[in-house]
Amino acid sequence: MIANYGYKDGSGEFFIAIDTDKCNGCGDCVPVCPAKLLAMADDEYDPLSEKTVVNVIKEERNKIKYSCAPCKPASGRGPLPCVAACTPGAIAHSW
Amino acid sequence: MAELQEFWRWTEYTWNNPDIDWRKAKRISAGIDVGSVSSQALILADGQIFAFSNLRTGSNSPDSAHKAINGALKDTGMELSNINYSVGTGYGRVNIPFANRAITEIACHARGANFMAGPKIRTVLDMGGQDCKAIHCDERGKVSNFLMNDKCAAGTGRGMEVMADLLSIPIKEIGELSYQVDKEPPPVSSTCVVFAKSEALGLMRSGWSKNMVLAAYCSAMAHRVSLLLGRIGVEDQFFITGGIAKNPGIVKRLEKELGIESVKTKYDSQIAGALGAALFADTLLQKGGA
Repeated sequence: MIANYGYKDGSGEFFIAIDTDKCNGCGDCVPVCPAKLLAMADDEYDPLSEKTVVNVIKEERNKIKYSCAPCKPASGRGPLPCVAACTPGAIAHSW
Repeated sequence: MAELQEFWRWTEYTWNNPDIDWRKAKRISAGIDVGSVSSQALILADGQIFAFSNLRTGSNSPDSAHKAINGALKDTGMELSNINYSVGTGYGRVNIPFANRAITEIACHARGANFMAGPKIRTVLDMGGQDCKAIHCDERGKVSNFLMNDKCAAGTGRGMEVMADLLSIPIKEIGELSYQVDKEPPPVSSTCVVFAKSEALGLMRSGWSKNMVLAAYCSAMAHRVSLLLGRIGVEDQFFITGGIAKNPGIVKRLEKELGIESVKTKYDSQIAGALGAALFADTLLQKGGA
């Protein structure tokens, strides 16, 4: 399943998409996020599965444009820490 | 003083199926959907819809949940203790004291839509009281992709209520009246409820009829929602849940914009969340949880 966390407003679309089929629950992405947006939890969108997957913390979902900004400098950005840390390639950013 | 008419108020009601004898049922499961504007409780007897209620949410989630389940239990002779397993969902799901488990409304709406409109449903749009969710699901009603706007509540039921109140038009008539215009006006530029309200006032001052304002607001809302759906795409078949599904002013305009018809069913679109929760409760009960 692809879970899109984030929002769209007058300045653009800001979504972090997590592919829970690819996520293996390793949790490597959690400590590398400087803004601490990510957490491991039961897959709440598939209540019958027992799988633990990463999600974007609820309180943070409506401000990711700002929280993620330090990793996305206008001067050009390197690989995003969360995306780079994810071996199975389950995390993607829409902007 | 004349009593104020509440134009935004929609009909609250309860329903039960007198043909089902719940005392013979082996499994009684319930779903309670405490939303931001409305609350529903739905009871399944051996997987069949036995009773439900559709009421307004108050300021207190536990009270609203009790009110909803008592509404569904009314006149059935059943008591809360007869329910074997219940699942809470919606905005207030963590505050339902008698629920065995809380499940997110996104999973519940997909599951409910699958039951209501059949396994061919691939895209579910839940137009709720204060948010709007676009969901893709598979033939079992399992979520495969979803998107909601975590920041903005424009394009939702509450916006319609505000507009009904402003224009003094009963909320149920908005859909029909929005088509009684000579030609479709341009959409209002803002869909933020607060700004749209002041824009609507401005339009009325400049001589627009109420119906024109409604048409402009409905098409702005339809456009806004179609943009949200655009991000994940619309796959056939398409189904709309939530209170707004009852408003043809939005539904028809949205269908036109997307170029796809939505599936209509005999069920009340507002119960999808509670139905999904009750179906999960039924599954969990069969898996041995109680």
